[in-house]
Amino acid sequence: MFDVLVIGGGVIGGCVLRELSKYSLSVCMIEKESDVAMGASRANSGIVHAGFDAKVGSLKAKFNVLGHAMMEDYTKELGVKFERNGSLVVAFSKEELNALYELKERGKKNGVQKLRILNKEELKEIEPNLSNNAVGALYAPTAGIVCPYKLAIATIGNAMDNGAKLVLDFECESITKNGDFFSVKSKDDREIFSRIIINCAGLGAQKIANMAGDFSFQVKARRGEYLLLDKNQSGFVKRTLFFAPTEKGKGILVSPTVDGNIILGPTADEVEENFTDTTTFGLSQIQDKAKVMTPNLKLSEVITSFAGARAYCDRHDFIVEESTVVRGLINCAGIESPGLTSAPAIAKYVVEDLVLKDVEGVKKEDFNPTRRPDDFFAKLDVDDKNEIIKREPSYGRIVCRCEKITEGEIVRAIKVNPKATTIDGVKRRVRAGMGRCQGGFCQPQIMEIIARENNLSVFDINKGSKGSYIVKEITK
Amino acid sequence: MTEYAVVVIGGGPAGLAAAIKAWDSGAESVLVLERDTVLGGILNQCIHNGFGLTRFKESLTGPEYAWRFIEEVKKRGIEVWTDTTVLSIDKEKRVFAINSERGVFSIYAKSIILAMGCRERSKGALNIAGSRPSGLFSAGTAQKYVNVKGWLPGREVVILGSGDIGLIMARRMTLEGAKVRAVCEIMPYSSGLKRNIVQCLDDFDIPLYLSHTIVEIEGRDRVSGVVIAKVDENRKPIKGTEKRFSCDTVLFSVGLIPENELTAQAGIKLSSQTKGAVVDQNRETEIEGVFACGNVLHVHDLVDFVSEEAEIAGKSAADYANGVRGEKDCVECVAGESVGYVLPQLIDRKGGENVKLYFRVRKPIRDGEIRLESGGVTIFSKRKKIFTPGEMESIIIKKEDLAKFDSKSVLSVIGG
Amino acid sequence: MRKRIICTECPLGCEVEVELTNGEVSNVIGNGCIRGKIYATNETLSPKRMVTTTMRTDNGVMVPVKTSIPVDKTLVFDVIKLINKSTVKLPIKIGQILIKDVIDGVDIISTACLE
Repeated sequence: MFDVLVIGGGVIGGCVLRELSKYSLSVCMIEKESDVAMGASRANSGIVHAGFDAKVGSLKAKFNVLGHAMMEDYTKELGVKFERNGSLVVAFSKEELNALYELKERGKKNGVQKLRILNKEELKEIEPNLSNNAVGALYAPTAGIVCPYKLAIATIGNAMDNGAKLVLDFECESITKNGDFFSVKSKDDREIFSRIIINCAGLGAQKIANMAGDFSFQVKARRGEYLLLDKNQSGFVKRTLFFAPTEKGKGILVSPTVDGNIILGPTADEVEENFTDTTTFGLSQIQDKAKVMTPNLKLSEVITSFAGARAYCDRHDFIVEESTVVRGLINCAGIESPGLTSAPAIAKYVVEDLVLKDVEGVKKEDFNPTRRPDDFFAKLDVDDKNEIIKREPSYGRIVCRCEKITEGEIVRAIKVNPKATTIDGVKRRVRAGMGRCQGGFCQPQIMEIIARENNLSVFDINKGSKGSYIVKEITK
Repeated sequence: MTEYAVVVIGGGPAGLAAAIKAWDSGAESVLVLERDTVLGGILNQCIHNGFGLTRFKESLTGPEYAWRFIEEVKKRGIEVWTDTTVLSIDKEKRVFAINSERGVFSIYAKSIILAMGCRERSKGALNIAGSRPSGLFSAGTAQKYVNVKGWLPGREVVILGSGDIGLIMARRMTLEGAKVRAVCEIMPYSSGLKRNIVQCLDDFDIPLYLSHTIVEIEGRDRVSGVVIAKVDENRKPIKGTEKRFSCDTVLFSVGLIPENELTAQAGIKLSSQTKGAVVDQNRETEIEGVFACGNVLHVHDLVDFVSEEAEIAGKSAADYANGVRGEKDCVECVAGESVGYVLPQLIDRKGGENVKLYFRVRKPIRDGEIRLESGGVTIFSKRKKIFTPGEMESIIIKKEDLAKFDSKSVLSVIGG
Repeated sequence: MRKRIICTECPLGCEVEVELTNGEVSNVIGNGCIRGKIYATNETLSPKRMVTTTMRTDNGVMVPVKTSIPVDKTLVFDVIKLINKSTVKLPIKIGQILIKDVIDGVDIISTACLE
């Protein structure tokens, strides 16, 4: 019996799990995929929004500003790269420019600091690759970027290091309330008991709520397609460049990522649950729009395209509350943008204000807030690297030549919480296979390392999801 | 800091031939750095025959071709460090590398030979719409799985790209019991050798769809099918021409790119045409004493020419290390009409030896004239029956003609 | 009977037509040169192929192999089947005969050294 069960291993669930692991509670997370951060946290822009977008008084506005303020320390503790690169909402017409003043005003009301309107000349100065047609921009120097799945992985890993449990491949089939606890059953007949359930299931949040008997909200999916450019384009833009926002969201952006790539996207169209195919139309739409923003963009340097589906809710604001019909069920649903920015603040609120009023938990004295980053080795100086290589020679063998990732780092990603079990899992933790050859050279070796470390056959190793095997059988 | 006369980066066909030649040309010490556990590079997985016809007048398999050079390296006692990845080089010709034994270390070299080879263009660069399931491989990765590891990726295959690796893999997968449903080629012609079209596709009744490309990939976990479509002259898919094939494996053979991250990092100028360093006929780059050869310089279609070019670089590197290279007087040589690239891009007029100029045409040409002009003077002219982009061409410029080169010369193929 | 053959001797890829009378080549047209005529004749009367593949060894790894001489095109899959049935012992030297007379007069030869 757990005190608290978190359903869904995305960045919201991750932050909640970490917050819970600070207390003397028995906590567990279930995730339906073979790894964490496989939903919206896997494929999104990774922007830490300053907070001027959200409607004044909304939960989005509240958590955005709170989360934004927490992000720097939060990521530092977890060893996750965060960069305060600043953002620009770029206007291409007089009307759009006027709208920026409204946006600035809204930002001020939400509590966003240092917002400034830049004129054309100032813009050109700080972003030389921005289109000459830009007439001005709203500059938010406090905005930043973070890698969404790394944040999710780090929070969950840190929570596990502090005693939280993670159960993968657990797809919920039913949730029943027996007196003062829930019984959660999986499709393959496993059962977990918990006193409180926190529903962080993203696109599946409505299904989970329905299973528990709460029909109070609807979750829909919106697909966002992206293109990623080679690291050799690093520095092409320094800030996150937005178009002026419309009804459907913030539109297509051009932004650096913390890893030095340039990301373009997202599109936004309604899809059925978790439909993450890219489309010819969407990809060309991104290219066209991005060219409007930055005409010198080198589209020949695209190394990959992908899409993510994210949840949004019919209430058009976050749902962060205890269910009004099912006691003990806490819903974190419809967490669309700025969900990533808000995640640490949402988690704090959920645990301190919602969970602790029902279960008794005292702060653990031995809680360790830090986690050694998955890419710690790359950051060491030569002497420290050599010290490690002497002890563990596998740190001297480069496996991924594009990103220069060693066997030692890959083995570590397989061994530390939350353990990578798939090719994509390794890739998302240590970037092996993420570079320009996209795993062409290193995939066979990574597969062998995963198999070796887990005592499996290479034919059991998947790319990501179950059924996504790499090689089928032995030849002959 | 440890010092070597010549450090060769890469122990594939180019690096091996360069190291041997540098040694034989009197280099005091030669060191080969190889990132893999064994020497031979990509030849180890190219188990088909057809290598060495020009050099050895025999049809060898890849491993056999590599073995001949590896033996020569061993015979000479040339130092080789395997499992060693070079991290960077700099203008002072320091080589920074990493391996298990030495950790992160640096070596000083009098000459450096870049022989890192090339990599395959990835599927990601193609922007094909659809899902991102497993089962999508570059042809070379699949080749490694099948030939070296002995693992079959899948049983029903569609191949995009009809370059030689794609064709060879069509046959290879077929011989291992897979069914190759189709080979698609976006161009109206295949860039692969005719022999490979006949022996790898026709022999097994594998259909080749020219002017076709993959427009969509299906399948959530594992690929379950692809949609192909005919393309127009601008290589844009034509609506209504779609065809679906079910498959569990898709191979991409969509081009090779010289692997020049080290070169670019060192600040060496790269050619936008070859994606390799700009070199003179001695294969010397912009940085004195840094040479490049093989597929890192430009993608070759025959390994025999890689070896030949590597020997030029090997000799030049040894000469430079021994201080016997004279003054240079370099002028530009550029690609003209119908020519994709010329190599070397710089001609040292004081070179004193005949110069072999390599080039590739942009499109197939029948009955064309190769013409090299400089300052209004035709230095070289020759007619030839057929030119194809898949086939690297070469001409020899006599040493006495080097003086005729003006500041800029142009190589064209006229007619067709 | 006429047979159409694409010549592979050079990149021109001439379409050569071979006329057969009573199993003998009576005429060759379309070839650009003499090499084309020889190729088309051989390819019509007895097309042969080198077979290159891998063979299982006793420690599970594969060793690359080839046939000692080109084999009749129609026998390629038979040769592959016979190779696939066999397992060889390590160590293996390059050029070593791994299967003697896999079919009439054809040996299977290792093309790499394996410890």
